[in-house]
Amino acid sequence: MKERYEIRWHGRGGQGAKTAALLFGDAACSTGKYLQAFPEYGPERMGAPVVSFNRISSQPIRTHIPVTNPDVVVVLDVSLVEQVDVVSGLNPTDGILLVNTFQGSQEIKKKLNFTGRAYTVDASKISLDTIGRNIPNTPMIGALIKVTQLLNIDEVLSDIRKKLEVKFRNRPEVIEGNIKAIEKAYNEVK
Amino acid sequence: MPQRLTKTANEVFAEAMRQINPDVVAAYPITPATEVVQIFSQFVADGKVKTEFVAVESEHSAMSACIGASACGVRTLTGTSSQGLAYMWEMLYIASGLRLPIVMAVVNRALSSPINIHCDHSDTMGARDCGWIQIFSENVQESYDNFLQAVRIAEHQDVRLPVMVTTDGFILSHCLEVVEVLEDETVRKFIGENPERKSILDVENPFTLGALDLQDYYFEHKRQQAEGMKNSLNLIPLIGKEFGDKFGRYYDFAESYKLDDAEIAIVIMGSTAGTAKDVVDQLRDEGKKVGLLKLRVFRPFPANVIQKALENIKVVGIMDRADSVNAISGPLYPEICTSLYDSDKKPLLVDYIYGLGGREVREEDIQLVFSELFNILKTGKTYNLKYIGVRE
Repeated sequence: MKERYEIRWHGRGGQGAKTAALLFGDAACSTGKYLQAFPEYGPERMGAPVVSFNRISSQPIRTHIPVTNPDVVVVLDVSLVEQVDVVSGLNPTDGILLVNTFQGSQEIKKKLNFTGRAYTVDASKISLDTIGRNIPNTPMIGALIKVTQLLNIDEVLSDIRKKLEVKFRNRPEVIEGNIKAIEKAYNEVK
Repeated sequence: MPQRLTKTANEVFAEAMRQINPDVVAAYPITPATEVVQIFSQFVADGKVKTEFVAVESEHSAMSACIGASACGVRTLTGTSSQGLAYMWEMLYIASGLRLPIVMAVVNRALSSPINIHCDHSDTMGARDCGWIQIFSENVQESYDNFLQAVRIAEHQDVRLPVMVTTDGFILSHCLEVVEVLEDETVRKFIGENPERKSILDVENPFTLGALDLQDYYFEHKRQQAEGMKNSLNLIPLIGKEFGDKFGRYYDFAESYKLDDAEIAIVIMGSTAGTAKDVVDQLRDEGKKVGLLKLRVFRPFPANVIQKALENIKVVGIMDRADSVNAISGPLYPEICTSLYDSDKKPLLVDYIYGLGGREVREEDIQLVFSELFNILKTGKTYNLKYIGVRE
């Protein structure tokens, strides 16, 4: 892995793009890495396009600027690809594009005229099946780990389980649902 | 053992406040500092602190309640931002004039108008002459460390002045970073017991605080206040060294970064210092002799430290994240000029105003400043002020 890895999350207000970046950052910390996780604060409203960022590094991170040349772009809502230039700044050969959609990766690549590595997973369906609601952010963490190999999936699952156990101690079905969603997306992304 | 956690600057301010376990917190929420008191009030509700939390109706009342509490001799903390700090204005002077060691977290945000919720330093820069000590933070870790040290600085008997510890709005207040959080017991030992002070509630030993003070004694009291600020010049580095000896992170008035053999340098405060260090490294890799001075303490103004750090540099760019709107410069520039006036070797100084209202500061912007400085070094042709990253 290179020394610093940068991720940009695209979502719609309310889909959990910020939470995904925070959860992924937390998980990276638990594996001993340095990280930043921060959203872009604009006039965000429910449903409006939003962006959040991660930096993951083996060294302390000093910079405090938004990510403009990400190594990975994660898209939580496929309708955004028609609306936002999601591959902006993404390397056309090594860059990784990960999209929540039932479509195949070739279709997405064609639609975006993107030549790098593309992956898709139906995270909305996975979250509906496992959590009972369309909240694609946690399964997308599983898919992200698979395609980047940045973190160890078992370590991340145990870290997220610990965090969810604090937050949802009276709702064990939420904990199990989220863990299953992450595992399922990890296995199904292609 | 300290814990390695992920937290935002707002979260570490609240965490530090919990560990300090003050007697009184009076606060009113304001973006982007809302979480500081929101999280802390949860600690109060959960019984994790013994603090009397006063939920007031405005920042003016927040500072007034803090003044009342601190005048009773108890440990008092608060937090605010931007318009909230502006609304505290007259009470800020009263807190420092009465020598009350209140510690306040300030999340730097632009002042209206036009209304804006994002970072610049105009709020605390506007409060620069109100007699409060001001400490700036580069990242989340420094926000936490500075807040703990502030309690020691404020309460020291030679100083007895309120302290504001700042962090950059959103850029740090809402950015999750890895931070080392000390154990509660370690913090309690470091800050120590609240030192005994006179209390206005001590009916056995009555005294008057904040009385009318006209031509006869006002001047003497202001003179003493100035002495307290001067004394903090000795204390701040001692506390920073003690903190370093104990916890491994050393603090001083300023941090010199690759200045030793530098021909040109910038002076900068807050989160952009981190971005600028990366740029300094890139330029160093190209063989360019550049450096950076990060100013941590703005009040008291450490003029001697700055003179020593900068007098051998040929051209210095001063990065102001606020504008004094005075047709000359931002607020940092004249103070740096003052520091160097007595020096035999005066570097050329140029002011750069940047990042107002949260305008993104890219590496390219800092590279541009350095290339301007190199140009001045080469041609000797200089100017006073340039605005960076603005459409004009």
